[in-house]
Amino acid sequence: MSGIRIVLEKCVGCGLCLKVCPVNALIIDKNKAVIDYDKCTLCGSCVDSCKFEAIKILRKTITDNDLSNYKGVWVFAEQRDGEISSVVFELLAKARELAKDLDTYVGAVLLGKGIADRAQSLIHRGADKVFVADSDNLEHYISENYTKAIVSLVDKYKPEIILAGATTTGRSLVSRIAVNLYAGLTADCTGLDIDKDKKILIQTRPAFGGNIMAQIVSPNFRPQMATVRHKVMPESENNISRVGEIIKENFNENDLDGRIKFLDFIKEAIATVNLSEANIIVSGGRGLQELKNFKLVEDLAEVLGAAVGSSRACVDAGWIPYSHQVGQTGRTVCPKIYIACGISGQIQHLVGMQSSKTIIAINKDPDAPIFKVANFGIVGDLFKIIPLLIQKLKEKPKCLAV
Amino acid sequence: MNIIVCIKQVPDTTDVKINPETNTLIREGVDSIINPFDMYAIEEAVRLKERFGGTTTVLTMGPPQAQDVLREAISLGIDKAIHLSDRVFAGSDTWGTSLILSKAIEKIKDYDLIICGKQASDGDTAQVGPGIATHLDLPQATYVRKIDTVHLDTKPNVIIVERLLEEGYEILELQLPALITVVKEINEPRMPSLRGKMKARGAEIISWNNKDIDLEEDRIGLNGSPTQVIKIFTPPHKEGGKIFKGEPEEIVNELVKEIKDLL
Repeated sequence: MSGIRIVLEKCVGCGLCLKVCPVNALIIDKNKAVIDYDKCTLCGSCVDSCKFEAIKILRKTITDNDLSNYKGVWVFAEQRDGEISSVVFELLAKARELAKDLDTYVGAVLLGKGIADRAQSLIHRGADKVFVADSDNLEHYISENYTKAIVSLVDKYKPEIILAGATTTGRSLVSRIAVNLYAGLTADCTGLDIDKDKKILIQTRPAFGGNIMAQIVSPNFRPQMATVRHKVMPESENNISRVGEIIKENFNENDLDGRIKFLDFIKEAIATVNLSEANIIVSGGRGLQELKNFKLVEDLAEVLGAAVGSSRACVDAGWIPYSHQVGQTGRTVCPKIYIACGISGQIQHLVGMQSSKTIIAINKDPDAPIFKVANFGIVGDLFKIIPLLIQKLKEKPKCLAV
Repeated sequence: MNIIVCIKQVPDTTDVKINPETNTLIREGVDSIINPFDMYAIEEAVRLKERFGGTTTVLTMGPPQAQDVLREAISLGIDKAIHLSDRVFAGSDTWGTSLILSKAIEKIKDYDLIICGKQASDGDTAQVGPGIATHLDLPQATYVRKIDTVHLDTKPNVIIVERLLEEGYEILELQLPALITVVKEINEPRMPSLRGKMKARGAEIISWNNKDIDLEEDRIGLNGSPTQVIKIFTPPHKEGGKIFKGEPEEIVNELVKEIKDLL
């Protein structure tokens, strides 16, 4: 039997649970909380809100899956044109920690064409074993083919954990793999730890645009899978004396999905620095007033070696392409420094950038909501501040090695 | 061209406020809306139907009040609405949810394209779209920013789409039936017309429960879902930052010092 119930002896009718229920499935009747089972989605918000442990979620425990055969912490080594994405090095550093707690090895999965020579670099960065499938059929990322390749590796080697970057590729790929394997998958994690008693992966992730955090586990299914947000975890060191094993695997021609074809890749001209990989992002908002002023943001970004971001207002006004939009309907970013220029800080923008390590806001309105999340708030006229800032930063070029 | 759009009812995050004393979300009185990304999915389906004919069907899973978003979809030009609702669906994670939706799509049968928003604004997982494609064994293209071409006179039928990536975009050709998830750049959703609103008010919403799609209960809901939420908490509140006011020259000098320390 599974489901949710109120422990009547413990419930004091305080009503805290009503306030957190996203679907209004709770009412107070005769001083006790009552659940409307037609509305309840079993999300668990009320369980955590109750100070009296009066709400319980019950689930059937599954014990018949034999999980002890699964060993190893794997990382998907995302690459484009042979260049390994930097998120992979972040994953390898985390995988080493997890593998230590589980007393197991770190594996990396490298798929592509003509990429076999990159395997050694993954060992230098922390992998003990690298599984390589080098094939013409894997030249371009195609979810269906990459899924087939990885699922057959998992069936063969049975890793207990698989991590991938929460990139457009990583998210689309592991969603398919997890469904294929009937495995648990947690998106966009910002924290990963091992529960040392149960030897399972505890995955922490933001939800509701970072307004709440959730901890998620997948105790009865293997592998435990997660995508991990870029730039949250430190990269592993490059140690060229590390040794490991390279295991070559073939891609089975029969696994090729003929229903989907890669035709072309077009690199976007303005995206000289990739938003999700950038250490620094300079973003512009409505406060720039018109298209020609957006150049201020681009100039500041250039002197800092930063990527250029934007609020929705500037994208809607046609000042900059959509791919630069940060926020709820754009990208979620997490750079070391986020500089918001003339951005008031509507909630839809904040949810896309509030987990940045340091936020600097420049705005003339001292009451702008952006200042509530800013580590450094500059109240002033950006048309005076930014040119001065560019000038001063140019005077100190040595500190800007990014 | 028959199109199915999967949508989700979510809390309107513009309304979400944080109680400064307890540091928890105040959800009381928060309105529910169609997930913002699903608006682009609906619009794209309606546009394709206007060009190529066929039927558009919108599908959602959720408690009874989720019917509201189906009516809204009809007011925006969708032809048919199906509501999946059953207590045994509650507690499904993305694995279970994509299984339930894919079973319903199998029951609808006659379709060429499934469109989803790139992700939902409450869960932010982006996993259900690819999950449905996998359960149905369909080719997928996520983060689609443009449908370049639709060939309905070839065998098999194909579409060519542009997929938005971090550093640019790629062009893919998919055989139909296929599933795509869309980003905001793909179109500009229309407002509901008066005629649409009238139609939505009287429209029949088809309701299916688990008997209609016949899934084993141990594969869905809490028990069938591989992931479990063990704790929900509010992230540590950001300390009030440092505010600089005064002469631009002075402010900038101080700021440059701070930036230098950070680099």
